[in-house]
Amino acid sequence: MTTARDEILANIRRSLGVTGREAPRRTIVAERLAGHPRGLIPQRGQLDGAARVALFKAQALGVLASVAEVADPADAPQEVARYLREANLPATIRIGADPRLAAMPWDRTALAVSHGPSDGRDLNGVSHAYAGVAETGTLIMTSGADNPTTINFLPDNHIVVIAAKDVARDYESIWENLRAKFGAGTMPRTVNMITGPSRSGDIEQTMLLGAHGPRNLHIVIVGEA
Amino acid sequence: MSVHPTSPHFKANAHKAMGDAQLQKALGNLRQGFPARRAAAMAQLPEFDALRDSARDIKNHTLAHLDLYLEAYVAKVEEAGGHVHFCRDAAEANRTVIELCKKLGAKTVTKGKSMISEEMGLNDALSAAGVTPVETDLGEYIIQLRGEMPSHIIGPAIHLNKDQIEGDFRRVHTHLAKDRDLSQPVDLLTEARGVLRDKFLAADVGITGANFLIAETGTSIIVTNEGNGDLTQTLPKAHIVLASLEKLVPTLEDASQLLRVLARSATGQDMSVYTTLSTGPRRPGDVDGPGEYHVVLLDNGRSSMVGTEFEDMLRCIRCGACMNHCPVYHAVGGHAYGWVYPGPMGSVLTPNLIGVDKAGHLPNASTFCGRCESVCPVRIPLPKLMRHWREREFERHLAPATQRGGMAAWAFFAKRPTLYRLATRLGMKALALAARGRGKFAKLPLAKGWTDYRDMPAPQGETFQQQWKKARGSSRMS
Repeated sequence: MTTARDEILANIRRSLGVTGREAPRRTIVAERLAGHPRGLIPQRGQLDGAARVALFKAQALGVLASVAEVADPADAPQEVARYLREANLPATIRIGADPRLAAMPWDRTALAVSHGPSDGRDLNGVSHAYAGVAETGTLIMTSGADNPTTINFLPDNHIVVIAAKDVARDYESIWENLRAKFGAGTMPRTVNMITGPSRSGDIEQTMLLGAHGPRNLHIVIVGEA
Repeated sequence: MSVHPTSPHFKANAHKAMGDAQLQKALGNLRQGFPARRAAAMAQLPEFDALRDSARDIKNHTLAHLDLYLEAYVAKVEEAGGHVHFCRDAAEANRTVIELCKKLGAKTVTKGKSMISEEMGLNDALSAAGVTPVETDLGEYIIQLRGEMPSHIIGPAIHLNKDQIEGDFRRVHTHLAKDRDLSQPVDLLTEARGVLRDKFLAADVGITGANFLIAETGTSIIVTNEGNGDLTQTLPKAHIVLASLEKLVPTLEDASQLLRVLARSATGQDMSVYTTLSTGPRRPGDVDGPGEYHVVLLDNGRSSMVGTEFEDMLRCIRCGACMNHCPVYHAVGGHAYGWVYPGPMGSVLTPNLIGVDKAGHLPNASTFCGRCESVCPVRIPLPKLMRHWREREFERHLAPATQRGGMAAWAFFAKRPTLYRLATRLGMKALALAARGRGKFAKLPLAKGWTDYRDMPAPQGETFQQQWKKARGSSRMS
C-alpha cells in the first residue's frame, strides 16, 4: 500500500517533471540548507554600541513596551520593585531557574520571589532574555527550566531583563548565535520572538492591549553594549 | 459551522451583503484602517519593495524543490522527537487529528487561528467525534459562538460591530452577572480573556496553524498578536500543528525575509507581537511545554498546482493585503465569496480547491483594477490568475449562454476590422438617436444588470477609433 506521504511526494515530482534523484537539484538544496544565505537585511538595525541599544529601546517603546536601563545586574531587582510599586502591583514575582537572575540580590528588595513555571496564578513574571533585536525592538526568549515559556504568557505583567550586549542588529545574527550554541540545524524547543505586550484588533479594528498574553511588558536593559 | 460552499450563489450573496447596514458599517472600518497602516509601515522601510522580490524568489525556489525540502523537513521534525502526518485531503486530515485526540483521551481542544482548519472543516469533525473544539483567537472565538465562517483571513470577525458581539457574549456567557457593563470594546476583550483563560488551562490538546515550516530545523512558526496561539500550544499534553505543503521555506534566514513583509502587509506592524518557533515536544529538563508534537501536513490539491499556471498562488503567505485593498471585497465583505478564502486570493485559490464549476463566479467578481497584485508581498499576479480561470470556465462551457453568445458575436466582428468599424459607427449612431433628448438610458435590453442601479450614458460624438485617428492626425501635423 502506498502511503499518503509517498503519493503526495510522487505527485509533486510528477508535477515538477523530476524524479527526486537528480544530483544537481539535491546539491542545490543541500547547499542552501547548509549555507543558509542571508537575504536582504534592512539598514535600519545595522548599528553598533549605544546607537544599537538606543534603537532597540525606541522600537520597544514604539510597540508600547516600557523600558528602563540599569548600570549593573545588581541594580535589576530594585528596578523590578520600583516598576511594580509605581504600577500599584503586588510585590510578588515568579522566576525560573536562570542563573543570571538567581545571582541578583533580590533579598535587598521587599519582593516575594517564587520559582518555577507559571500555572496561571502569578500576576508578575520575570524572565531573562536570550537576546534582543534592535531592528524591531524584539525580545528573543528560549524555552527551558531557566526561563519557562509559561512565564512569557500567563502572568498579567511580564518583566524581561536583557543584557545590553545581547542586543543584536537583526534576526539573522540571532540564528547564527543559536547555531553556535545549539549546533547547526538544532533549535531549542521554543523560541519566542516578543515585540510588545499582547494585543488584539479583532473588535472593530480597535487596537486593545492585553488580549491573552501579558497586558504589560517591561524591559530592563542591563549594562552597556 | 460548515464548509459547504455557497460560492455558486455569489451574486445573491453579494446583493444581500450590499444591503446589510451592519456589514457596510464594519467594512467602513476596514477600508479606513488596513490600507493606511500598511502604507505607513512601508514608508518606514526603504527596502520594502526589494524584500518583496526576495520573498517571491524564496517561495519560487522552495516550490521548485518542494519534494526535497519536504523530505529534509520531515527528517528534522523526527530528529527533534516530533511526527509528521501527510494527508491527501481534508477528510484524511480530520481523521488523523481525531485519532490523535482519541489516543490522548482528549475531551476539549483549544485552537489557535488556522485557515487550514477552516479548509478541513475540523471543528465540525471534532464535535461529531465527541471532542469539543474551543477557538481562542478573539475573532475566531466570536464567530464560533455565532456559527459563522471567518470573513477575513486575518480578521475573522471583521464583519461585526461591537453591539453584535455584546449580544453574543450575553447569550453565551450566562454564568456572568446580567447587569455587567459591556459597552466598550475593552469590556468585551476582558470578558473573553477571562472565559478563555479557564479553557486554556483545561484543554487536553492544543491545535495551531503554521505561518511557516522550516526545512533546515524542522521548526513550525506561528505569528499572533494575542498570545492565544502560545497558550494553546504550551499548556496541553500535545501540540498539533495544521499546515499545508506550501508553508515550507528552506532556512531560518528565508523565514526572516518573509516575516519582514508579512506583518507589514497584513496589519501594518513591523512585527506581530508574538512570532513563535516550535521544534518538537518537551525536552529533558523542560518544566513546561507539550509532551507530544505532531504536524498534520495537508495537500488537498496543492501538489497538483505545482508546475501549472496556478503555481504562483502557492507563494501566498495569507497576509490579507489583497482583500484589504480590493474594491469588490470592500463592497461585499468576505462571506459573499461563499467559502473559506475570500477576496482576490480566494478568487484564485477557491476554484483550485472546490472546483471552478462551484466557484466560477469568484474570478469573475473582479474589476481587474490590479490593486491586489500591486500590494501582494510575494508578487502573485492575481488578476492574471483570475483570467486563467475565466478562460478555463469558458473552455469548459461553464459560462452562461448569453455571455458565450456575446463573446462569439464580438469575436466575429473583431476578426473583421472593416465590418467592426462600420458596425460600431452604426451602433453608436443608433444608440445616440434612441436616447435623443435624454443623453442616457434608464433601461436597455441585455443591460439590466447595469440599468437596474444607474443610467447608462448614451454615446456621443464619434467612436474611439475615429477620435484616435483624428488625434493622431493632428499631432502629426503639429
